[in-house]
Amino acid sequence: MIYFLCLVLLCVGIYGVLRKRNIIRMILGLIIAEHAINLLFVLIGYRLNGRAPILSPDGPILQMVDPLPQALVLTAIVIGLATTALLVALAMRLHGKYGTYDVARIRELKG
Amino acid sequence: MSGNSLLIPCFVAVPLAGAFLNSLVGRRVRALPEFLGALAAFILVGLSLMALQSVRADSVWVYQVGGWKLPLGISLVLDGLTAFMLVTVNAVAFAIVVYARDYMERYTSKDLFYTLLLLMLAGMNGVLIAGDLFNLFVFLEIAAVASYALVAFGTERHELEAAFKYGVMGSVASLFILLGIALLYGMTSTLNLADMSQSLAGHSEADLLLMVSALFLMGFGLKTALVPFHAWLPDAHPSAPAPISAMLSGVLIKCLGIYALSRIFFNVIGMSPRVLTLLMYWGALSMMAGVILAMGQRDLKRLLAYSTISQVGYVVLGLGLGTPLGFLGVVLHLFNHSIAKALLFLVSGALEYATGTRDLHNMGGLRSRMPVTHTASFVAAMSIAGMPPFGGFWSKLLIIMAAVEAGHLGFAVWAVIVSVLTLALFAGVMKNIFWGEPGLRWQGVREVPGCMQASMLALALFSLLSGTLLVPGIREKFLLQASAALAQGTNYAHMIMSQI
Repeated sequence: MIYFLCLVLLCVGIYGVLRKRNIIRMILGLIIAEHAINLLFVLIGYRLNGRAPILSPDGPILQMVDPLPQALVLTAIVIGLATTALLVALAMRLHGKYGTYDVARIRELKG
Repeated sequence: MSGNSLLIPCFVAVPLAGAFLNSLVGRRVRALPEFLGALAAFILVGLSLMALQSVRADSVWVYQVGGWKLPLGISLVLDGLTAFMLVTVNAVAFAIVVYARDYMERYTSKDLFYTLLLLMLAGMNGVLIAGDLFNLFVFLEIAAVASYALVAFGTERHELEAAFKYGVMGSVASLFILLGIALLYGMTSTLNLADMSQSLAGHSEADLLLMVSALFLMGFGLKTALVPFHAWLPDAHPSAPAPISAMLSGVLIKCLGIYALSRIFFNVIGMSPRVLTLLMYWGALSMMAGVILAMGQRDLKRLLAYSTISQVGYVVLGLGLGTPLGFLGVVLHLFNHSIAKALLFLVSGALEYATGTRDLHNMGGLRSRMPVTHTASFVAAMSIAGMPPFGGFWSKLLIIMAAVEAGHLGFAVWAVIVSVLTLALFAGVMKNIFWGEPGLRWQGVREVPGCMQASMLALALFSLLSGTLLVPGIREKFLLQASAALAQGTNYAHMIMSQI
């Protein structure tokens, strides 16, 4: 069920990137899609009723959560932060040059 | 751990150190950014030549970060393909740093330029030496973020628009790649490429593997700008300063796209006939679409960017053939195209520097005014177009021969047609810019400064002589090792595991 929600979240994000005309909304869509994937990554390592894999005196650990995806997702979040900051900075400069956030009016390059 | 494997982390450490020092003190001391950039690139060229010397076809060098044993710790791997790519990337980077010394006089904050350039170089070298999937992703993002910033370096209208487009497309590509990594991790519960490959060999979840393959093909296809995903490239590459265009078109899309794609598909997942066929058709489509779209361009740099799409199509076609001869052609074409396309972008920068325009229809008769630029441009254009004495001819010949040998006669004919069209395209470019009557407007045009000339001539020499890489004796050292690394397929894992 939660996996399915991740997929929905990803689709919402991709929809935002593709369909929105406002630059800021496109960036928001990107952030949503990114966090959908981060969530999925953490879920892959999660086990129901699991606990942290730390050595403890009260017996062996039977159900443990895989810590590696969590570490990786932390890195992915930092990377996402850098990308987002750069894109927002670009959006600000674009607004300064064109006076609008509307991508339909920022298209001097033909692609 | 032997002395040679200690060499491996230096490929990331040197440019990172350069970038760090540059951002720290580059603003205070004049001419220090240029010096640090050139020094770092020079050291990297030396290191990559040493790596090429020490690597052999039947073994790999593995560096285990922090001494953690392999399936657990992070590993950095150096094999034939990596060494080959390292030499190409760092040689082009060195030429570009030398060229940028004079060219970047027109821009402010040169220290930031060199910092970003070195960061991008660190990211690219990191992608090449990464031995596990997540590090590959992290280095890929370092290179990509630095390149978004570099495309926007001019901070004018077009630069910003192109950089935003490139940034969004690149981020979406990274999302797909990260999703693919997450699913692969869920299947194999490891991230190390070698370990993953061995774990996948015993798996039979074909559906999930197909999904992962599709995600990686989309992600890396976007980074490589293969045809349905190409829309950002002709905006982004021409908008950057000329040395950066050369870097992006020459080596960045090959490291982030082609290298990562072939490493994951050939050495980890293992190629299936379906994916190979897809790559062949994809390459053929990119080849034709790129060259036809290039025909209609007036802006020299946009034309070159479209031609990059077309030439990368050759590489992908060669990969899709999946034969050893095809791989040899792929490797040689990667080298040739890196050198020649970087050189052509440097030429476009030199023309812009001297005349202030990039419009093909506006120039003409510059041959007598700029003899060095003309020579360099002629060599590079003929190499890309595939005329016999120049490097590009041999690599295209190898790919076409491989297509015939594998029984794909249609693809061979297709490649010849595209090659003829490319020749027509570049003959037109040369005629419009250099040949014909010198216009009165360009009477006062002078040749560009010495550093720019030197770096263009050096790349032209490489481009001219790269056919000699096929001579037996040199071939084994440089090209065969790299193509053998592709041809060995999933045997890659065995070689790495046997090193520990």
